[in-house]
Amino acid sequence: MEQQNNNNDERIRDISFFQKTLMRPEFGSICGVVLVIIFFLLIATDNGMFNPDGIRNWSVVSAQFAIIAVGACLLMIAGEFDLSIGSMIGFSGMVLAIGSIHFGLPVWQSIILAYILSLALGAVNGIIVIKTKLPSFIVTLAFLYILRGLTIFMSVTTTSKTILSGMKPLADADPIAPIFGGEVFKGFFQWMGNKGWIETFSRGVFEGMPVVSGIPNLILWAIGLVIFGHWLLTRTRFGNWIYASGGDANAAKYAGVPVNKVKILLFMFTAFCACTFAMCQVTEFGSAGADRGLLKEFEAIICVVIGGALLTGGYGSVIGAGLGAIMFGVVQQGLFFSGAEASLFRVFLGGLLLIAVITNTYIRRLIVGSGD
Amino acid sequence: MTSEILELRDIKKNFGSVIALDGVSFDVKPGECHCLLGDNGAGKSTFIKTMSGVHPPSSGDIFFQGEKTTFNSPHDAITRGIATVYQDLGMIPLMSVSRNFFLGNEPTKGGALKLFDHEKANRITEEEMSKFQIQLRSPEQAVGTLSGGERQTVAIARAVYFGAKVLILDEPTSALGVKQTANVLDTINKMRDKGIAVVFITHNVRHAYAAGDRFTVLDRGKTIATADRKDVSPDKLQNLMAGGKDLPSLED
Repeated sequence: MEQQNNNNDERIRDISFFQKTLMRPEFGSICGVVLVIIFFLLIATDNGMFNPDGIRNWSVVSAQFAIIAVGACLLMIAGEFDLSIGSMIGFSGMVLAIGSIHFGLPVWQSIILAYILSLALGAVNGIIVIKTKLPSFIVTLAFLYILRGLTIFMSVTTTSKTILSGMKPLADADPIAPIFGGEVFKGFFQWMGNKGWIETFSRGVFEGMPVVSGIPNLILWAIGLVIFGHWLLTRTRFGNWIYASGGDANAAKYAGVPVNKVKILLFMFTAFCACTFAMCQVTEFGSAGADRGLLKEFEAIICVVIGGALLTGGYGSVIGAGLGAIMFGVVQQGLFFSGAEASLFRVFLGGLLLIAVITNTYIRRLIVGSGD
Repeated sequence: MTSEILELRDIKKNFGSVIALDGVSFDVKPGECHCLLGDNGAGKSTFIKTMSGVHPPSSGDIFFQGEKTTFNSPHDAITRGIATVYQDLGMIPLMSVSRNFFLGNEPTKGGALKLFDHEKANRITEEEMSKFQIQLRSPEQAVGTLSGGERQTVAIARAVYFGAKVLILDEPTSALGVKQTANVLDTINKMRDKGIAVVFITHNVRHAYAAGDRFTVLDRGKTIATADRKDVSPDKLQNLMAGGKDLPSLED
């Protein structure tokens, strides 16, 4: 049974550059970001959306989406969902506020406590999913309710309030908290303000200070997490295991990949991202609420799907999820700036999600050929 | 005569009240292709899962290179050089050939960071695949774009590259066309010539006879017969699989 050594198998079709580009998971979201920015540049010429403070506004919103999207993205590529992200945001924010304001712990200790509890709850999510073999959709849906209920219960029984404010002075005086709520390059922005490159306040207590005083650390967290997530997924051995766990968990197990460990760690990472979101939010805005983070889990998943990940796992891109977050933030704030009906945003979002899912399914067929 | 590299004696396996295996004995020598035949439900799948460490047996002994041993996980079996190529599992269609090739054995660089060494992975994948006459468009193309026979070959090449001494092939030809089957059988012959012990599971007697040196027939969780190639015809094997009618005449 000798076989010819065909160097040029005529059955292997050459694929065009266009097709190759289309197969990149980020492709759709890059186009999307460019399109929405062009769209709003055209219609939002005089509403301030692309002024320094306008840019800062939608950048912060996008960065918030990006932080939770990174966790949701890696988890989805590993084949699981976490619907408790929003409740986790409310919970960890409340832990920080109750710890610092009600029990008078130093803010940094409350932050560490919030992270420990979030990571532990993330691990519990993961362990239940692994042990029961139930879909993570159901397990984390249960946690969506359990955590939200516990958060409200916890804040009402300890402080008889569901919104705690007064974090700002505590956070500003803390050695660790500014990592989340602070800003960087303040001097640079002041300098640009002095030079007249960006607007400065002309009256009041802020007179002479630039309208944008610096880059919020929240944005740095978002960029950092996107870079870390992308690096982890594409450059490390663990990344290969993430793809494999979502692509075919049994095949991965038989090849010796510790699938359970990978999934539990990613549930914990998703909780870490949700907690980071809450830490930034509470320290920057100075208050925590038991109802914070509502629907954030779905917004994170939408960013991930817009970013080209498959809902069924095994394929996706963290960079794509980050771009999805930018798109989400630009559209949400853009419609706000242009004074459009807020309800239209949801129509747009639903449509976008549908288009993204249809495109992703088509691209998947391109990748695995018509056979699967 | 070389001695057995892997021997399983009187393996029994129960799943609750279901007896999946009721005393199966099997062995394989280096440089031999031992076919495990049986109809659907005969216990072939459970048996290879015992051999590859997925299910520990309820009772019975496993000997590897003459020493009694136990496999508590697939990893145990893999580290001893027992590689299993599953019919539908093993390849992840959405991942690239090189990512699949090194799945679970990723070449790393960067020390504790455990970075995936893509350059090395791609180079080795391309080299190994060309040894099997498979031309890849790129080692980064998704496995989903390969044909069924090519996927089997990638899986076999992977097992051999990672030092498999015993290669267990679970129905490698059942989903393939004529040409692709011929390629896989050819690959099996090459493996045997390299001194690898091949366990070839199939319910197709013709495929088994084209590659096998010895044949063991399973039925209802029991060994019906084991026979050398010279002592048995394809027709006889077929009869055995159908219900073990010719059992006495074979055991002479």
